[in-house]
Amino acid sequence: MKLIVAIIQPFRLEEVKEALYAADVQLITVSEVLGHGRQGGVTEVYRGNKETGNLLRKIRLEIAVNDEYVDKTIRAIIDGAKTGELGDGKIFVYQLEDCIRIRTEERGPAAIG
Amino acid sequence: MINNANNAWVLLSAALILFMTVPALGLFYGGLVKRKNVLSVLMQSFASLIVVSLLWVIVGYSLAFSPTELIPGVIGDFRWFFLNGIAPNDPSPYTVSAPNAPVAHLSFVLFQCMFAVITPAVVSGAVAERMKFSSFLAFSVIWLFVVYIPLAHMAWSRNGLFAKMGLMDYAGGTVVEINSGFSALAAALLLGRRTKLKPVPPHNLTFTLTGAAMLWFGWFGFNAGSGLAADGLASSAVLMTNTAAAAAALVWAGLDWFLQKKPTILGAASGAVAGLVVITPAAGFVSLPGALLLGFAAGAVCYVFVVVIKNKLGYDDSLDAFGVHGIAGVLGTVGTGLFAAPFITRPFGMNNGNGFTGLFFGNPSALGVQVLATFTAMLWAFAGTFVIFLVLKKTMGLRVTPKEEAIGLDITQHNERAYTVIE
Repeated sequence: MKLIVAIIQPFRLEEVKEALYAADVQLITVSEVLGHGRQGGVTEVYRGNKETGNLLRKIRLEIAVNDEYVDKTIRAIIDGAKTGELGDGKIFVYQLEDCIRIRTEERGPAAIG
Repeated sequence: MINNANNAWVLLSAALILFMTVPALGLFYGGLVKRKNVLSVLMQSFASLIVVSLLWVIVGYSLAFSPTELIPGVIGDFRWFFLNGIAPNDPSPYTVSAPNAPVAHLSFVLFQCMFAVITPAVVSGAVAERMKFSSFLAFSVIWLFVVYIPLAHMAWSRNGLFAKMGLMDYAGGTVVEINSGFSALAAALLLGRRTKLKPVPPHNLTFTLTGAAMLWFGWFGFNAGSGLAADGLASSAVLMTNTAAAAAALVWAGLDWFLQKKPTILGAASGAVAGLVVITPAAGFVSLPGALLLGFAAGAVCYVFVVVIKNKLGYDDSLDAFGVHGIAGVLGTVGTGLFAAPFITRPFGMNNGNGFTGLFFGNPSALGVQVLATFTAMLWAFAGTFVIFLVLKKTMGLRVTPKEEAIGLDITQHNERAYTVIE
């Protein structure tokens, strides 16, 4: 089992979701986060005050999958999120120790899907 | 004999000005601060409304507008203490464009009360995000008597120093705008800068634009009610008000576009307020060219003050009460001495039938009175506020602790928060 965490551009969320559904990955958690990678922050101007280093709005996806779904999921995120520009984001893959479905108390790979 | 039509308009105008203080000014300011301080800003405006409303009917109105005086030309006496001797069917002793069709005296008391309410609320913009609420409350009480009431008496009461000299201040260029602006400067200097001045974006510009729009709306009553009549001069004043606001907003947002690459919402809102301020003393005196030029000038000069000069000087007028109200107040009060067009006020028999006339229409002496009153108001407001703040600093203290400032004034001053995260 793996936990896939991806940081993507907010305006690519719809495309990523569609690609994930097409790859039969249905279970995701989405949050709004702030941050920046190599492209740096943004500069905003308020009454002439330049405010540099403002964090950019990003979307963070968390998807727990069984091992046979890892590559499909990564592919779907890339297909949906990639524009080729700086700021497209990153995908992190973690080992997942365990997974428990609260309703049935199932554990492990059976609980993920 | 009270004229009911005029009375209705002035009552409505009083309500419009109330709306400028709460919620318009509070929202305008509240959107500009950090989310942890928005309630504290709203509360400062609301507290002005509460405290000044009470003080005004008890003794404030009498001291400001009584024709009998404790200090000649500067402050009235206790003739109308507790509204003593003012009956509901008494006509107002004050009229502007309709001397034979006065409003009720009590309408005038209420209308003027709303002016006294909004002025300390404007000052609160300079002290946002760091002043103790208790100290602000003490300030607004003392300041009403020491600074506001004498200035109102000088400019507007029957025997006021400047009123007798023929000062043209239609709706408060000196009494409200220069006064709040220069008080704000003194307050910002004595209070000191916010601890972490590294800029943080305004937390909700939707509030700020909504607030600016509501101010614009309310300003129709502020300026057009000041003639105390629902006549053609009110129509002129309202139209000039609208024009100057639009002109200044255009210039400010345009300068943003030209110099900072984008026309900002905050720039358009700030410009509109600068235009409304500049036309305040001039509204019932100037014609269209005057209103346009004053609006353009306010947009440009306030832009330079707020965007360039303030950042160079480094004082922390958090929400630009000085840069907008002080500077545009000076421009408008002096500008009225230039642009006052006699054909605007002559049809109403004002100024003994001659109409009020500025320099560009052949009356240089008008400019002298305007400049004298401008400097007096600047000094009076700055010095008075400086002394009050100094006394408060030595006695009850002005600022919240650095820790309280970091946590935010909403929690530390009011034990409430504006926004919850979950539910």
